[in-house]
Amino acid sequence: MPFAREYGGTLATRSFGGALVSRTFYARGQTGQQLLYGAYQALMRQVALGRVELLCRRDLLELVTVDGVARGAVCRHLLTGALEVHTAQAVVLATGGYSNVYFLSTNALKSNASAIWRAHRQGALFANPCFTQIHPTCIPSGDAYQSKLTLMSESLRNDGRVWLPAMAGDERPPAAIPEAERDYFLERQYPAYGNMVPRDVASRRARELCNAGHGVGPGGRSVYLDLRDAIAREGRETIEARYGNLLEMYERISGDDPITTPMRIYPAPHYTMGGLWVDYQLMSSIPGLFVLGEANFSEHGANRLGASALMQGLADGYFIAPATVTAWLAGHPTPAIAVDDPACRAALERARGRIAALLQVGGRRPVDAFHRELGALMIERCGISREASGLRAGLQELEELEHRFHSEVRVPGSAEGPNPELEKALRVADFFGLAQLMLRDALAREESCGAHFREEHQSAEGEARRDDANFSHIAAWEFRGDGAEPLRHSEPLCFTALQPSTRSYR
Amino acid sequence: MTSRPTDSGLAPGSASRPRLSLNLRVWRQESPAEPGGFQSYRLEQVSADLSLLEALDQLNEQLIAAGERPVHFEHDCREGICGSCGFLVNGQAHGPQAATTVCQLYLRQFEDGATLSLEPWRSRAFPPIQDLVVDRSALDRLISAGGYCSVNTGQAPEGNAMLVGQEQAASAFATASCIGCGACVASCRNASASLFVAAKLAHLGQLPQGQPERQKRARSMGQQMEAEGFGSCSSNLECEAVCPKQISADWISWMRREAR
Repeated sequence: MPFAREYGGTLATRSFGGALVSRTFYARGQTGQQLLYGAYQALMRQVALGRVELLCRRDLLELVTVDGVARGAVCRHLLTGALEVHTAQAVVLATGGYSNVYFLSTNALKSNASAIWRAHRQGALFANPCFTQIHPTCIPSGDAYQSKLTLMSESLRNDGRVWLPAMAGDERPPAAIPEAERDYFLERQYPAYGNMVPRDVASRRARELCNAGHGVGPGGRSVYLDLRDAIAREGRETIEARYGNLLEMYERISGDDPITTPMRIYPAPHYTMGGLWVDYQLMSSIPGLFVLGEANFSEHGANRLGASALMQGLADGYFIAPATVTAWLAGHPTPAIAVDDPACRAALERARGRIAALLQVGGRRPVDAFHRELGALMIERCGISREASGLRAGLQELEELEHRFHSEVRVPGSAEGPNPELEKALRVADFFGLAQLMLRDALAREESCGAHFREEHQSAEGEARRDDANFSHIAAWEFRGDGAEPLRHSEPLCFTALQPSTRSYR
Repeated sequence: MTSRPTDSGLAPGSASRPRLSLNLRVWRQESPAEPGGFQSYRLEQVSADLSLLEALDQLNEQLIAAGERPVHFEHDCREGICGSCGFLVNGQAHGPQAATTVCQLYLRQFEDGATLSLEPWRSRAFPPIQDLVVDRSALDRLISAGGYCSVNTGQAPEGNAMLVGQEQAASAFATASCIGCGACVASCRNASASLFVAAKLAHLGQLPQGQPERQKRARSMGQQMEAEGFGSCSSNLECEAVCPKQISADWISWMRREAR
C-alpha cells in the first residue's frame, strides 16, 4: 500500500474534517481506493489458494432463515437471471450503505440496500436509519440527467477557502467580486475550525446561504472553494502536487480550471451511519447473520468523521469478524440445510414473485424516473435538515410515489439473461421501504444529533441541540409486515468513562 | 423526441448551459451466440454537462419508452476509479480525451452534430457478453496468479519501522493507480495485458513488502497472461496513450528485466 511519505521515509499525515490535528495516513486523494486494492489482492491470493470461491455478478434477493436462524441466501445471477440458493452455517453481509436512496449521491451507482433491507424484513432490526451524512465537498449537479455527485477529497478544505458573495443574488463572476464583498462564512462563524468544521456543519451552513439567495452556479446551488490564497502562499506546483488528480477530475467534470477560478462545491449524500443493528460480535438480531462495515449501524454514532470508515473496515473485517464468526461456527456445528429445504423454497418463491410482479406492471415510465423522484423527495424531506411537518408530508408523498411505481413502471425484457433494468427495479423497490423507515425514524427522534438536524431543535446560534434525557439511545426498528407499523425499540447508551458534551467548533 | 425530462427538478439556470445533438452508432449484440451489428440513434439537444454514460442513460430511457431493449453497458462508480466502464469511442479506448474513462468523458468534448461509434473491447481474452459489455475476469485471474504479497499480515508492525523514500513511494503509487479497466488490452493490436501486469509488478516490486517474491511473481503472472490468451507486447505504446491513469509503458521494459 503506497502511503504518502515524508522525505525521511516516515509516513506522512494529513488532517481531515472535524479534527484540528494532522493524524491520518493517506495516499494522495485515493486512500480508500488503495486500501481496497490491498484487500482485493489479499482476497485474490485466497482465491488462488482455493480457500475462497468468488461468485461475482450476483445480487442478494432474499435471506433464508430456519427457526429464526440465518441459514442461507437466494441470489440472482445477473448474467443468466438464474435464481440460486446458497445454504450455509452463517451469513455475513458486507454490502455497504444506502446513500443511493437519494438517487444523486457520491456512491457508486450499483450500491444498494437490498441485502440489508431483505434481512430486515426477515427479522433483523434496523438501527438509526435517519443517520445519514451529507458531504460538503462534492461537485454540484447541473442537468436533470446527471447520475452522480462526485466527491472531492475533503483534504481540499485544508487549503481551499469556502466563500460566497456577501450580497444575495450577486451574479458577477468570482474574479470580479472584491475581497471585501466575499463572505468566508465558515471562517467567520467558526474561527477555531474555520473551513475544517465537521461535514454536517459545513453542509448545513452552505445550504442555508444558498437558500437565502447567496448560492452560485446553475440554480444557485453551490458555494466556492477557492485555492487562490494557498497558491499565492505555497505556489502552484506545490498545490498541484498535493491534490494531483483531484484538480484534473474537477476540471474534467465541470469544464473549469480550479487553479484560475474557484471550484464550485455543494453537499451530497455520502455515508449512512444507520444500518442493521448488531451486537459486539457484529451479529444482527437474527442469530447467524453477521453484518460488517457500512451495512451495520455501529461505531460512528450519529456522525462519521474523516477516515473513520476505513477504521471500521479494519476493525470489523480484520479484528472482530475473524474471531466472532469462527466462534459462532464452532458453537453451531449444524450441517447446512438442503437447497430444497422448505425455507429455501419459500425464499425462492418470494424472490420469484417480486420479479414476476415487476415485469408484469407494463407501465410506461423507466425505473430511473421513479428513482429520481424518490431522491428529490428524500433530499428535500430527510436530507441536510429535517422538520416534523416536512417529514409527515414526505411519508404521504412517498406512499403515493411507491403506489405509482408499482402501477406505472416499465421493466423491459424478461427474468432470463442480462437485464439491468430489472436489477434497478428490484433495488428501487427496496429503497421505497427503507425511505419510509428513514422518514419515520427522523420523525421519532425529537432532537438534533450528529448528522440528524431537526430544525425544531437548535440553539439560538443555530447549532444542533441534543436531548440526552429522552434520546440517548439507539432506535432499532422491527419489521412487522407490509402495511403494519414497524416497532421502535430503544437500546440505551451507557457512558462510563466520558460523558457526552455539547460540541463547539466556534 | 425531446431530451428534457418532465418529472424531475431541472435546476433553474441550467437552460442557458450549452446543449448539443449527437448521432450514436452503437454496437448491439443480444448474446455471444448471435452476431452483432451497429445500430444508429440520435440524441437531440442534450446537455453538454453530461457524461457520455449519462447520455446513454438518456438514450436508454427513450428506448424503454419506445418498447425497445436498452443498450447494455458496464458502469458503477462513474468517477473514473472502479474500472468497470470502458468501450471504444470512434475506435479509441475510453474516447479522445487523455487520462479519462468514458464515465468521465463529458459531451462538451464533442462538436454539435458529431457521430460517435461505440463498440466493446475486442480481445480473445475478453469474451463478449451483451452489447458493450465483455467479460474481463481474465484480469482477476492474472492478479490471483501472484499479484499480491503472500505472507499473512499478522501483527501490525510499527508503521515507521520500514522507511520508504518519498520518491519511491510516489513511483509505487503511480503504478498502483491502475483501475483494471482493460483499455490497454483493447487498444493493443496483440491484445496484450502487458501494461496491466507491469503496473501490478511495479507497484509491489517497488515497496519493501513486495520484495521477497518479486521474481516468482513476475514469472507466474507472465505465464498466466499467456494462458488467458493475451498476446505479447506489440511495442505500439497505444496502451500508454489510452490509459486513464497515465501509467507509463516504460514499466513494460522494467517487467522484462524482472522476469529474467
